[in-house]
Amino acid sequence: MEMLAILIPVSLLLGGLGLVAFLWALKHRQYEDPEGDSHRILKKDWDDRPKP
Amino acid sequence: MTSLAPSASACPACVAAPAAERIAEARAVKDAGLVLSLPTAHCAVCISDVERTLSALPGVRSARVNLTLKRVSVAAAPEVTAEDLIGALKGIGYPAHELDPGLLSVTETDKAGRDLLMRLGVAGFAMMNIMLLSVAVWSGAEAATRDLFHWISAAIALPTLAFSGQPFFASAFASLKARRLGMDVPISLALILASSISLYETFAGGHHAYFDAAVSLCFFLLAGRYLDYRSRAAARSAAEELTALEVPRATRVRDGAETVVPIAELAVGDLVRVRPGGRMPVDGVVTEGTSEIDRSLLTGETLPVWAGEGSAVSAGEVNLTGPLTLRVTAAGRDTSLHRMADLVAVAESARTRYTSLADRMARAYSPVVHLMALASFSTWLYLTGDLRLAVNVAAAVLIITCPCALALAVPAVVTSASGKLFRKGFLIKDGTALERLAEVDTVVFDKTGTLTLGAPEPVDLAAYPRADLEIAAALAGASAHPLSRAISTALAEAGVVPARVADIREVPGYGVEGRHGDRMVRLGRAEWVGATPADGTATYLSTGEGAARAFGFTDRPRPGAGAAVAALKAAGKRVILLSGDTEAPVARLASDLGIEDWQAGQRPEDKAARISALTGEGARVLMVGDGLNDTAALASAHVSISPASALDAARVASDIVLLGQDLAPLADAIRIAKQARIRIKQNFALSLAYNLVAVPVALVGLATPLIAALAMSTSSVTVSLNALRLK
Repeated sequence: MEMLAILIPVSLLLGGLGLVAFLWALKHRQYEDPEGDSHRILKKDWDDRPKP
Repeated sequence: MTSLAPSASACPACVAAPAAERIAEARAVKDAGLVLSLPTAHCAVCISDVERTLSALPGVRSARVNLTLKRVSVAAAPEVTAEDLIGALKGIGYPAHELDPGLLSVTETDKAGRDLLMRLGVAGFAMMNIMLLSVAVWSGAEAATRDLFHWISAAIALPTLAFSGQPFFASAFASLKARRLGMDVPISLALILASSISLYETFAGGHHAYFDAAVSLCFFLLAGRYLDYRSRAAARSAAEELTALEVPRATRVRDGAETVVPIAELAVGDLVRVRPGGRMPVDGVVTEGTSEIDRSLLTGETLPVWAGEGSAVSAGEVNLTGPLTLRVTAAGRDTSLHRMADLVAVAESARTRYTSLADRMARAYSPVVHLMALASFSTWLYLTGDLRLAVNVAAAVLIITCPCALALAVPAVVTSASGKLFRKGFLIKDGTALERLAEVDTVVFDKTGTLTLGAPEPVDLAAYPRADLEIAAALAGASAHPLSRAISTALAEAGVVPARVADIREVPGYGVEGRHGDRMVRLGRAEWVGATPADGTATYLSTGEGAARAFGFTDRPRPGAGAAVAALKAAGKRVILLSGDTEAPVARLASDLGIEDWQAGQRPEDKAARISALTGEGARVLMVGDGLNDTAALASAHVSISPASALDAARVASDIVLLGQDLAPLADAIRIAKQARIRIKQNFALSLAYNLVAVPVALVGLATPLIAALAMSTSSVTVSLNALRLK
């Protein structure tokens, strides 16, 4: 049962991390164009060097 | 975040800097503001093509395609106009429309949507964590462990509910203030009751806490609400923001000086100048100049009408060839344009408000839920005298009956259906349009601009002598008249090289003339070139030798028009063509497309009256039209569609906007709408079936948090999956 003292905080922390990541993505407009982004990943435009 | 941005001012201590920065920022926003709608974009290649083409234009700093909304945002220098961009895109085969960035900025940042999504996300993460703890309780955690888990759940659930439940609490409060019982009242009641009873149980070391149920309820309801919001926002963002065609300004002539003034400032008796290509801002009488005017948007006539001194013109008509000076006879609210708008307002108020399936459901559902919870509470209190037990049972009843699946039933289907229709080029503007579209049994079409493209094309060019064609090409190339432009495009495509014609000049209102060798050549109106007028739309060429020749024109049917009519008829719909144009072209188009029921020479009132008559006979009419003369008919029909190229007023009056050129998916759209309606009904049945099983269990007091969670998630998930089955 002592394991719980570690496991519960760990699970809460992981959940919290997920939530923070989600809120970050939302703030940075990662959900503006889901369809476009799924196509953009197939483009070869900036394969050789990063977009300036 | 803004506080970290480098200051635009060189002096960091400068207090005046924020003002300067604000101005700089305002400018940056201002010239970033070109947004175009791209109805045909659909793939990675489209994204690259469009972005590369636009970025290559001078003055364009960046272009970014949003494929979800099918639009491109362009940051460009102020001198770059939307027309330049639209022209460039047309060159590579992408039709585009300008969107009004001023109105768009509201949806672009999309605060409300992100807010809902954030609450949804928080509810989702809280739900997962609480479920994790609940599984332990369900599988038999005892005493101190169970209490600990309940306490942790409470610590997560209460703040989550306070944050994520806000949309429901706010709307329930508003509806209570208006003395109504919406869906949100039972929802809020369930959330509050469940969390307070669970908190009490946790204090008392009880067995059952409903934190997991309350949070997952909140999550599923928010999901439904977000979907609903998304489909509405997508419609609003494009349909309302296609830029208005109505001219807001006019050129007033006073003492020989021209000033540009807002239309509202014009008074009867003022003189107004209208340049070729411009739209008449007011009703008036021509006092100077000759030209031809295009009345097709108002009346549906395809043939341009001659206008000279003394001719009366109406607001909304387009001046084609020569500058005109008008004396204003009616401005503002008195113009025929506005009288037409009034006709629309009357028709719209006459349209009985359609109650959606969801509303009808909610109206019947919420009183039942409240009564049932109250009844179970009082019965248990009477039978056992145990207040704690009675409240527990009532809370379980509220949680289980809570319209979780019901709240998802409609939005899930509507989102999936309008997404499908959007990919086919249809934009649903009104939430209930899908349901109404499903009921349609009669389809009424307008001709010009709807079944046809509204642009003339010369016929049988091959039948003319090459020499004549070369002269025609030279003359037509010098004019911006639509018939001339049609000839010169068609001849250029056929590879005809224009002849050498000297001294070309355009005679406004009549045509173009020039000298070919030693002969005068003319292209224009019949009486001017000395020809006998032929039937239908035509222009005439006199080459100085032999009789003048007529170039006949036809208005090309919109792509897919034939297929759409055939498919509608195959689906057993009655198809009717009502046009304001003259009999000959209407009859020709009707027989080409296979429409038996047609009428020509219809005035706007006639069209609206015909639709009212059909409605009176019990028909559910779908009106498809684009002109001002259609607006009253569009507003009085059961459901209406207009192409994106339609006049603003027509688009506003219609429920669905057709973004692409192709009409073919029309029959498909009706089929999808029908299917969506069936799915919505199935979803209602499904969620009611779950309630039928779970509610008796709750009423007899056997419901545990596990049963509540199971019933809720399975019904929500089945309902969403059922919506996705839409083909």
